[in-house]
Amino acid sequence: MEAFLSSLVSVAFHGLAYGMILYVISVGLAVTMGLMGFANLAHGVFAMAGGYILTSSLQHTSIPFPAALVLAFVAVAAGSVVLERLLYARLYSAGELEQVLFTIGLIFMAVAVARLIFGTLQAPVILPDYIKGQYALFGREFPTYRVFLIAVSGVMIAALWFGVERTRWGAMVRAAVDNRAMAQSVGINTRRLFTLTFALGSGLAGLGGALGAEIVAIQPTYPLEQLVFYLIVVAVGGQGSLRGPLVAALLIGFSDTALKYWLPQFGAFFIYVATIALLLWRPMGLFGRRV
Amino acid sequence: MSALPPAAAAGAAHAGGYVADPRVRWQEWLPWLLAAAAFFAAPDYLSLGARILIFILFALSLDLILGYAGIITLGHSAFFGVGAYVAGILGAKLGVTDPLVQLAAAAAAAGVLGVLTGAIILRTTGLTLLMLTLAITLVFLEIANKATSITGGADGLAGVVVAPVLGLFRFDLYGKTAYLYALAVLFVCWWLVRRLIYSPFGASLTGIRENAVRMHAIGAPVYFRMVAVYAISATIAGIAGALLTQTHQFVGLNVLGLEPSGELLIMLILGGVGRLYGAFVGPFVYLIAQDYLAKQFPEYWYFGIGLILVLVVLFARGGILGIVDAARARLRRRSA
Repeated sequence: MEAFLSSLVSVAFHGLAYGMILYVISVGLAVTMGLMGFANLAHGVFAMAGGYILTSSLQHTSIPFPAALVLAFVAVAAGSVVLERLLYARLYSAGELEQVLFTIGLIFMAVAVARLIFGTLQAPVILPDYIKGQYALFGREFPTYRVFLIAVSGVMIAALWFGVERTRWGAMVRAAVDNRAMAQSVGINTRRLFTLTFALGSGLAGLGGALGAEIVAIQPTYPLEQLVFYLIVVAVGGQGSLRGPLVAALLIGFSDTALKYWLPQFGAFFIYVATIALLLWRPMGLFGRRV
Repeated sequence: MSALPPAAAAGAAHAGGYVADPRVRWQEWLPWLLAAAAFFAAPDYLSLGARILIFILFALSLDLILGYAGIITLGHSAFFGVGAYVAGILGAKLGVTDPLVQLAAAAAAAGVLGVLTGAIILRTTGLTLLMLTLAITLVFLEIANKATSITGGADGLAGVVVAPVLGLFRFDLYGKTAYLYALAVLFVCWWLVRRLIYSPFGASLTGIRENAVRMHAIGAPVYFRMVAVYAISATIAGIAGALLTQTHQFVGLNVLGLEPSGELLIMLILGGVGRLYGAFVGPFVYLIAQDYLAKQFPEYWYFGIGLILVLVVLFARGGILGIVDAARARLRRRSA
């Protein structure tokens, strides 16, 4: 019993860490889906880019770890603005098929570029000493890095929620999600709002990829392998919602960790089956609004 | 098979539309003439040829739901893979070696799966539908990967026994039988798909793609039509999968998951969606290019197909056949 409780705590802890990372990465996708109705399957590319920025700056330069995290956020956000202005913006009015194909094309290109630059092996994460080791909490030892990761993700999520619920930008985003035409007609520059929100969402994905580099290995096929989890988070959570994807991400985090721990022979089988069942029950997701 | 099969003239002009005249135009025989000529002209490339024919069949099945009914899927490999594994398990484990029996079993399994999954997922739309199609193929990938005693797991299922076709034609080393067998199956399926597209059923599919709300309004059973075409498409994909197993006498995990679905989408988009013959042109160009380029420059190959996909979406949404059509229209205008 004692051993079971101990493993339960450990699974909950690691599941929480994974779920938080998953949320930080995919919340941008949920918001862009709700805001622009754009099916950006290449969202994982931003997370991978953030991961590579972190791992290579820790490996090859003397940039301190926190600065590397900021760099991952800023660089990915800036890069995504260029992509959004040059390419994505052309497809906002296009059909879903075009958006899907276009973003799959981007994934293939990103996978190839990553393979050329970084090779096929997973990028090593060289952490500074002060973040390695164990951290005592409630009479138990936890890996310091994961505690740090949960704390940083928590702060980011709180900041994001505050931004959306309490600031002028957030009010404009919510207005545009509810009714884009109406938001436009009361004088909101939706075009600029889209770009800004897209950059923020991509930057968060970059940060999430960087933070989670130790949990989800950074390798060229990252955007392909992780795609299904982002899609599950957004579809199960509900598009355009902030709360839903968090619940979905934590559910995936806990169940994936628990299944890997207790039933490794089934892989991700139950997660997919549970997702299918859940969407049968609620096709718009847990917190999605019926349009 | 040295030139592209040209577009079906009238059908392609309004891509995916309902064409009242169902007679076979002369251009539509060209792919078959080319395929027959290739059998004699390129005897060293018959294995590649059989592979191309199989992927044409697979792309044809996707075109039916994507191009005509407008159902976007990332999981069409589920049916291809199930067909491939059914044929493989029958041949390697259960001693059912007759190729046509294997084919029928694969078709039935994929078709039933198509009805079951279609009835569930076609109630949803958009990103949710996309995710569900992906989740279903991933479920089967997990099963194939983990049920090693039946499927061989990551090593694949080798030693699939396939008896001679009709008891007469043995699968030979040069791929002659494989090529002709795949060609015959493709021809039969093409004929059926073509009949279907030109039927009122096909017209109602186009209507659903263009405006499902109006189709509801005129009293069309939208949901049942979609499930029906999804099941038909799944059946054909299952046949294509079984053909792949039979011609290789092997089946591996690469028939399931996101990547084969994505590659198939690329092939179809490259040829042209909703044109019937786009499914012929796309795999032909893609697989030949892959045969030359992918082994020598794998990184550049992936980058290249990604780039081509992006360019097609931005500048040439009709694919190769769309470009051919545009060029023909320009020529016609100039001469008029």
